[in-house]
Amino acid sequence: MNWDWSAVSDFMPDFWKGLLVTLQILVIGSLISFALGLVWALLMRLPTRWVTWPVGVVTEFVRNTPLLVQLFFLYYVLPEWGLTFSALATGVFAIGLHYSTYTMQVYRAGIEAVPVGQWEAATALNLPLRRTWSAVILPQAVRRVVPALGNYVIAMLKDTPMLMAISVLEMLGHARLFSQEHFQFTEPLTVIGVAFIVISYLASLLLRALERRLAH
Amino acid sequence: MPTDTLPNPEKNPARSTGELIRLEQVTKRFGSNTVLDHLDFSVDAGKHVTLIGPSGSGKTTILRLLMTLLKPDEGTITVDGQKLFPASDKEVREVRKKIGMVFQQFNLFPNMSVLRNITEAPVTVLGMSKDEAVERAKGLLEMVGLSDKCDAHPAQLSGGQQQRVAIARALAMRPQVLLLDEVTSALDPELVAGVLDVLRDIARSTDITMLCVTHEMNFARDISDQVLMFDSGRVIESGPPEKIFSEPEQDRTREFLSAVL
Amino acid sequence: MTSGLWELVLKGVWVTIQLLVCSALLAAAVSFVVGVARTHRLWIVRFLAGFYTEVFRGTSALVMIFWVFFVLPPAFGWQLVPLWAGTLALGLTYGAYGSEIVRGALTAVDPAQREGGIALSFTPWQRMRLILLPQAVPEMIPPFSNLLIELLKGTALVSIMGMGDLAFSGNLVRLALQESAEIYTYILLIYFVIAFLLTRVMRGLEKRLKAGVGKKPDSKTRAPEPVVVEAVR
Repeated sequence: MNWDWSAVSDFMPDFWKGLLVTLQILVIGSLISFALGLVWALLMRLPTRWVTWPVGVVTEFVRNTPLLVQLFFLYYVLPEWGLTFSALATGVFAIGLHYSTYTMQVYRAGIEAVPVGQWEAATALNLPLRRTWSAVILPQAVRRVVPALGNYVIAMLKDTPMLMAISVLEMLGHARLFSQEHFQFTEPLTVIGVAFIVISYLASLLLRALERRLAH
Repeated sequence: MPTDTLPNPEKNPARSTGELIRLEQVTKRFGSNTVLDHLDFSVDAGKHVTLIGPSGSGKTTILRLLMTLLKPDEGTITVDGQKLFPASDKEVREVRKKIGMVFQQFNLFPNMSVLRNITEAPVTVLGMSKDEAVERAKGLLEMVGLSDKCDAHPAQLSGGQQQRVAIARALAMRPQVLLLDEVTSALDPELVAGVLDVLRDIARSTDITMLCVTHEMNFARDISDQVLMFDSGRVIESGPPEKIFSEPEQDRTREFLSAVL
Repeated sequence: MTSGLWELVLKGVWVTIQLLVCSALLAAAVSFVVGVARTHRLWIVRFLAGFYTEVFRGTSALVMIFWVFFVLPPAFGWQLVPLWAGTLALGLTYGAYGSEIVRGALTAVDPAQREGGIALSFTPWQRMRLILLPQAVPEMIPPFSNLLIELLKGTALVSIMGMGDLAFSGNLVRLALQESAEIYTYILLIYFVIAFLLTRVMRGLEKRLKAGVGKKPDSKTRAPEPVVVEAVR
């Protein structure tokens, strides 16, 4: 195997640019997925089938089909409908939407894990619904929810390279561009491969520490 | 009762007599907690020995050491003249075949039928033919009164039935030593008698050496040749059951017996 | 859409299914070998298996695919057929996730079962084959079912390498028709149907396996903890 360290150092400026975009996608995508997932989870608790059924079907559909094809769909179809966004904005929205169908299940499990007695106690104390949620249920649910959400953030990190397919220049996009310009594939691809392993390993350590703190 | 499936003193005169199990200076610690402290004791072949004492006194630990489920921190363990500790993996595997164990929680394999629970080890470990293993298993099931349950799964049996299958399973390996670890503690009260009756039969009609941890003092009195009173990892008193149960020498033994009897 | 274009889509379905079957088989093999190795009594075996899991789970499937397509050939001098390259990348990556499922199910078997096996003088391998695996495998099916759906979604990634799978055929049709909404809707629907069928098959399998251990299948649907929930433990 020919390993060329000068190719690595040539690639590094592009690498940092790509890393920045990757992290941008990750942060905004996570926030979208957290917020949308909570919306889905709460909608699914409404007593009317007219809401829960369509929400259930749509989220099931999004969860069971490839993010890549969803990216293509949004990237090519939205402009046909007269909605034009940048590739980055489209990609971030798509990944956030995709993962919101996972986070909704995290919220649901977290809410269901709060014992029924807590609801009954809140009713017995005549707490208004809003207060029951904000003071009793959600604080207890968060403990179980945070570690699981963190896992999905790590999973999302590993899906960010897909945005390259709609011309977003994140880490993999930069690596491919560099490879094609310099005919050196090994070095940039290995650098970002290692970067993904390191980042997700560090993130999982961080998450484990967070989980320990929440457990108390 | 078809005792021909089991070792029998008259038919098997060549079997070893004298000392069968020997523990010397055995120490076992869990963290900073010393459960057995330089313990010495031995069991003669064919004897039925019962270990009594308060919980946490190390009785079960001795059985688990003999079954190689645990390793001692210090000391030596010998079974039938062969080292069990310290010993190589290969030696351990050889010696282990002489020992059978019945657990508090039965530990039947839920993925196998009752019959296969009993035949699996004789076939795969001892290399017995399948037909022979099945035949012997049926004999053993008859002995424990469960002939009709061959094809049942453990989950379909009551606790008492499961424990009787577990006894048959242990005997199918023709062990020289049978370790009984609180075999009735997990059972509903009305199921205890059936299991103890089976064990009484075995104690009477075979020459298997039995080492038994139990809280059933009447059972202990019935079957034991020797009773060992444990406290804090040491044997504080031993002797024939009549003596230990009627006129114990140690205050500690007296206290314990008055609490459980 | 013309029938010629539909033919293109059907060819894509066929490639996707081939890739799915091959990479699922490889991933299953990797899952069991690495997962069992992670419960081995020698620390070096556990360490190597754990290292494999961390590395392949840590990296992105798409980066892995790029690596297999572009770095392996010049480095080792062999050029893989695209189908095998895709199988290799997906099988190794998803196998790492699967090994976590296998390890988790094995360690969830009651430790008393292991002791029962020791008391009957079974060797470690006999205990694994006769006692632990038969009890652990039915528990693995629901998480494996989720992982299989993730793998199906993952197969779409090879279209970026120009392999003519279902997602790629969608791109071709889009170029041919200069229209996107219809074809991508069809493509997504086809993926959804395949995923639905896979879930059904896996549920049937679970039922049959659990009946063999005298258990009932899980009645409630589980949150998908595919790829991810295990990622940290």
